[in-house]
Amino acid sequence: MLADILQLFVAGLATGAIYALVAIGFTLLWQTSQTINFAQGEFVMLPAFFVLIAMGFFKLPFWAAVLAGGAVSVLLLGYLFKKLMVDPMIRHGVLPLVIATIGLAILMKESVREFYGADAWPFPPLAAATNVTVFGVSFAVQSLVVLVISIAAVAALQLFLNGTRTGRCMQATAQNPTVARLLGIPVERMILYTFLINAALVVLASILITPIYLAKFTNGELLGLYAFIAAIIGGFNQIRGAIAGGLLLGVVDNFTAVYISSQYRMAVPLVFLIVIILFRPQGLLGRVEERTV
Amino acid sequence: MTRLKFALGAAAALLLAGAAAGAEVKFAYVGEISGSLAVSGGNFRDGVILAVEEINAKGGILKQKIALTQYDTQTNPGVARAQMQKALDGEPYAVFGPIFSGNVKVTMQMMQQAEVPHFIGGEAAELVTLGDPYLFRTSFGQQIGMPKIANYIRDELKAKTLALIWVNNDFGKGGRDKLMKELAARNIKVVADVSTESGQVDFAADVVKLKAANADVVFVYSNEEECARIMREARKQGLKGPFVGDTTLLSQKTIELAGDAANGVQGHVGLSADAPIPAVADFKARFQKRFNYIPDHNGLKGYSGVYAVKYVTEKLGKFDRKALAKMMHGLTITPKEEPGILIETSWDNTGEIDRISFLAEVINGQQKITKTLPKLGK
Repeated sequence: MLADILQLFVAGLATGAIYALVAIGFTLLWQTSQTINFAQGEFVMLPAFFVLIAMGFFKLPFWAAVLAGGAVSVLLLGYLFKKLMVDPMIRHGVLPLVIATIGLAILMKESVREFYGADAWPFPPLAAATNVTVFGVSFAVQSLVVLVISIAAVAALQLFLNGTRTGRCMQATAQNPTVARLLGIPVERMILYTFLINAALVVLASILITPIYLAKFTNGELLGLYAFIAAIIGGFNQIRGAIAGGLLLGVVDNFTAVYISSQYRMAVPLVFLIVIILFRPQGLLGRVEERTV
Repeated sequence: MTRLKFALGAAAALLLAGAAAGAEVKFAYVGEISGSLAVSGGNFRDGVILAVEEINAKGGILKQKIALTQYDTQTNPGVARAQMQKALDGEPYAVFGPIFSGNVKVTMQMMQQAEVPHFIGGEAAELVTLGDPYLFRTSFGQQIGMPKIANYIRDELKAKTLALIWVNNDFGKGGRDKLMKELAARNIKVVADVSTESGQVDFAADVVKLKAANADVVFVYSNEEECARIMREARKQGLKGPFVGDTTLLSQKTIELAGDAANGVQGHVGLSADAPIPAVADFKARFQKRFNYIPDHNGLKGYSGVYAVKYVTEKLGKFDRKALAKMMHGLTITPKEEPGILIETSWDNTGEIDRISFLAEVINGQQKITKTLPKLGK
């Protein structure tokens, strides 16, 4: 029984860590540019296909394909997304941009289906399907690898944001762009960096999750929803909130499937969302934002 | 004079075009081209396309070329009804699909009312019990396959306990209920009964449940993509098996998606592109050449369904939907009579199918047939 609980906990943390990576992207874009990207799930779906294209069409080995696919993704989902969609739309307000990203999500999904087909495709895992036994409890090495890579990525991001000048400038931009500009911080460049970081995070999430989900054009639907809920649960304006929300969602989802009902597991995150909105709208770790009219 | 020549020429062209259009018989594929069953539906559709192209290349049926129109149900019962209505508005001679049993169920009444023969890919047991005289299977229903699997689990694997993971849709529920009944009759205890959702992507929690059950056999009953994900997760978590299943678990697509995780999987397959039959091997080669991928059992289902229609129509000597449906009941077609049928096939009075089937195992990423089981009628 205890072994089952521990296995479920670790598997839930591994999946939750991926939700957290995607949720961090939500919070980063929101904080720096008031962008809510409803194509975030499709942003995770797409890099895996770039990797498959690099492997299939250009015959690159896996890791070279990951680098090539990652570079294309960062350019497309970071730089071009900001320049071609966010910059022209954001001046019309948040809502038009939200609608535009919903349209982008549909476009990305249907394009992949048109080009690569509606089938699922196998994607190489990062580790062999073996187990390690710790104190009599066996854990999947693949889950541990996902967990370790995700934690390392989040730690590196925190280190960058808190320990470097650029990172602190990005934080200043997020807190108050007007004052940041007065202090001589190149605000536009800092915002661009957050889009590039978001793109890098979704590439990482894509490489980690696709061996489990298999590469399919619909992968973004569930991921985008879960990550969005995770960001709201944890606190949309705090990176640590997104991390907590993601991990919590992953663990709760697993325990619900086993100990409550696998049929209702999809409902649990939504119930969580409703409860949080009703009783703690700023999220578990978020801060209250006040706006004057 | 020039104008007159032009007018006569145009009139002749129109007449010829009209005659050419009249020399076509309409077939419709209404099935899953997208959505969670796109893999199965795509295979079935490509089997239909291959058969249609071959028949057309040889002059068609009763000298009429087949005009095939495709309709995508998106694996969605609501869409399936709308698409089937669209197909019926085109007055097809026969309809192929759907593959998803739920979609068959919601459209079969429409087919019955329109009196159009439909050759389905759905395998849910109840479909042939609903009294539709125009419905014909292209593969076994679960009531035929499950007793064979239960015998295999008892006699070959000597299992006393079984952990079951199944997909909660019409196909999965029908198979699960039928298997439970067959296992109970053989004193095999089901120690885990894990329901999953169609299109589910994360099976970590479900596999933990299977592991905790510590059963002699793990039975996986889902659609191809989900079977592959389950197998990957099972191997990841070190679940030992043995893993047993029906056609979908051993299908080419599942093997391709699951990779090494599919090795060692065993079970019963109603149809297989790897069947040790030369005509099936030829079909597999032609299919692969045409579509650049290896077909699974659904490709065979679509292909042989079209040839069944061809055979009966040519026997009738006319395009008559009612007569076609009537003649199909109680009919046996042998490969000698119609090579496109590939394997001797019979239909009973409910539209249920009977043909030989196979026991198989996945070895080194290939489905290997280990035993051929006779037709139930023999």
